[in-house]
Amino acid sequence: MSELLSAFRYAALPASTQQFRAEVREFLRTSWQPPSPQLRARSWMGFDAGFSRKLAARGWVGVTLPQEYGGASMDAFSRFVLVEEMLAAGAPVAAHWIADRQSGPLINKFGTEAQRRFYLPQICAGEVFFCIGMSEPNAGSDLASVGTRAVKVDGGWKLNGRKVWTTSAQHCRYMIALVRSSGEPADRQKGLSQFIVDLKLPGVTVRPIHDLAGDAHFNEVFFDDVLLADDALIGQEGSGWAQVNAELAFERSGPERIYSSIVLLEHWIGCLRRGGNGAIHCETIGRLATHLATLRHMSIALTTRLVAGESPVVEAALVKDIGTSFEQEIPTLIAAAVAADPAADLDADLLATVFYLTQVAPTFSLRGGTREILRGMIARGLGLR
Amino acid sequence: MFAEAIEDILRDHCTPAVVRAIEAGGSPAALWDTLASAGFLELLAPESSGGAGLPLAELFPVFALFGRYAVPVPVAQSIAARALVGEGVQLPAGLLTIAPALQRDAAGGIRCPLVPFGAIADVVLAADGQRLVLLPGAQAQHTPSGIAHSQLASLYWSDPAAAEPMAGDAAALAPMAAAMQAALLAGALTRVFEMTLQYCNERSQFGKSLGRFQAVQHQLSVMAEQVAAASIAAEAAFQDEGRTPRLLPAAMAKARASEAAPGVANTAHALHGAIGVTEEDDLQLFTRRLHEGRMAYGGESYWNRLVGESVLAGTVSLVEFVRAA
Repeated sequence: MSELLSAFRYAALPASTQQFRAEVREFLRTSWQPPSPQLRARSWMGFDAGFSRKLAARGWVGVTLPQEYGGASMDAFSRFVLVEEMLAAGAPVAAHWIADRQSGPLINKFGTEAQRRFYLPQICAGEVFFCIGMSEPNAGSDLASVGTRAVKVDGGWKLNGRKVWTTSAQHCRYMIALVRSSGEPADRQKGLSQFIVDLKLPGVTVRPIHDLAGDAHFNEVFFDDVLLADDALIGQEGSGWAQVNAELAFERSGPERIYSSIVLLEHWIGCLRRGGNGAIHCETIGRLATHLATLRHMSIALTTRLVAGESPVVEAALVKDIGTSFEQEIPTLIAAAVAADPAADLDADLLATVFYLTQVAPTFSLRGGTREILRGMIARGLGLR
Repeated sequence: MFAEAIEDILRDHCTPAVVRAIEAGGSPAALWDTLASAGFLELLAPESSGGAGLPLAELFPVFALFGRYAVPVPVAQSIAARALVGEGVQLPAGLLTIAPALQRDAAGGIRCPLVPFGAIADVVLAADGQRLVLLPGAQAQHTPSGIAHSQLASLYWSDPAAAEPMAGDAAALAPMAAAMQAALLAGALTRVFEMTLQYCNERSQFGKSLGRFQAVQHQLSVMAEQVAAASIAAEAAFQDEGRTPRLLPAAMAKARASEAAPGVANTAHALHGAIGVTEEDDLQLFTRRLHEGRMAYGGESYWNRLVGESVLAGTVSLVEFVRAA
């Protein structure tokens, strides 16, 4: 059997996560007043620094980071349960999301002891937020062609260039940026490094980008002669490509790649239950339930690999690709159901939520690696290149 | 453990030539006797009755192997039947299959439409309302499906007394059959994927192997996704402590595997080119079974409707429903 396929054997979450799940639900019940479905449908783009701080105070930001740095030393199964409950509810996790999911683990993996001691406790306290510095106007899928440049100067580095599609940059203190630190663009993966950039430094300009749905979570970030200290470098100089791929593995292997449209789906089912008119949609609902159950099994199988200390990069790409197709199908199917009867009364929340998700759904298969890139990665994992 | 032993036997005794011979009307006796004498029919029978008392989780890989080797006899059904009938019940020897449905006409005649292996089965196990019944294959009027090479047949018994009641769990028949068929599909899906991958690596055009073309790579990636999804959904139906699969996981297993089957079969043929639709190429042994298996014991729309009804009838969130299913 293909090695890639053999990764997807059934596994159950450990029984010990049941208790944790109950605690997370209780936290949500007592610490958060859920807003409308259309706001909750923002999912992990919903920014609420106060919520993140409350979660941090409970000890649940950076749960996989070591306790000695303020984390909870929990395993990937526990993080899976925490994330699943947050996303199922549509809780506003955006503020701490990137730091928790990838920036913190990256610093933990590649950082110096001093960097760990400086950044990780602040992440776990929900005091500082991180954003991702990868894409540029001319470097999207072709990430190795980044042009932002760090030049060595006395006492540090001078940074020039720009990043784009940086979610939440306007609210974040730090960015981990992939930049060229030596050589020429033609060197591609060689000569790249990652820097932790303090966005408050002189020369940094953050400009929000408005999207078609009326939100502004994306940003452009400009660097004009920004002076970085030596200790802004994370990991090895020239190891940026390997490091960013490790970071992407963190980004891609969480359970979130199946839940982006769940708030809409739950709300629609609720409307049908209340209206008593769901019979005609039984097959659609059943099919979506079947797909969700299956994707969840695949995601848990992936999580067992993480817990075993592996880096299931290709497997994560596979789950993300099939997961985002599912996420994108949901608003399409529900909009069709809503449009099936022009005379019917419409739940206003349902209308707003289905339109919001319809408009942003294309981004599900763009962010974190486009569909075409992921399918190429899977092909490589099948031994086809 | 059983899986390795079964695969050894299938590799030697259930070759593509054997599959073709039995499909063409040749005797299934040699293959059947090999499987029966190795004790595999009794995998699910309790140890007190001389069986292996195998837990469901160990049954999944066995069923998947039968699908992987396109086994042209109802060995999976015969194994599954041992978990449906009451403890201590003796099943007759011979090829036993499971009917997807049983209907009675006004005269009391019994009809079992589209029975997998109906063309060659000696015995048919069916759910007749709340009870299990056994029907003798030899006494049935067989209506072949009209599908080339297929062993599917609709069966009719004019004598109502032909149905022999059996102690056992009639309600467990549909979920057991659905889960069993999902596992058979999982094995065939994996086999078809591997054959297609191999073909794309070996066949060249324009100076390079097919697998070097991006359009081909992306189709194979999507195929891999569907096979992984169907397989894990099928496996998930076999995780309980009980003798037979629970209804909801079995429903989702059959729905997901059925949904994956036509796309995987069609992509396999698309990538194989014309050679793949020839009788002499082995691909069709498996893709024909993907299409039949997709429909057998209820297709995806049947089982998804059942799941959807269950969701709507409840009060828990969908995420909670899926977690508990």
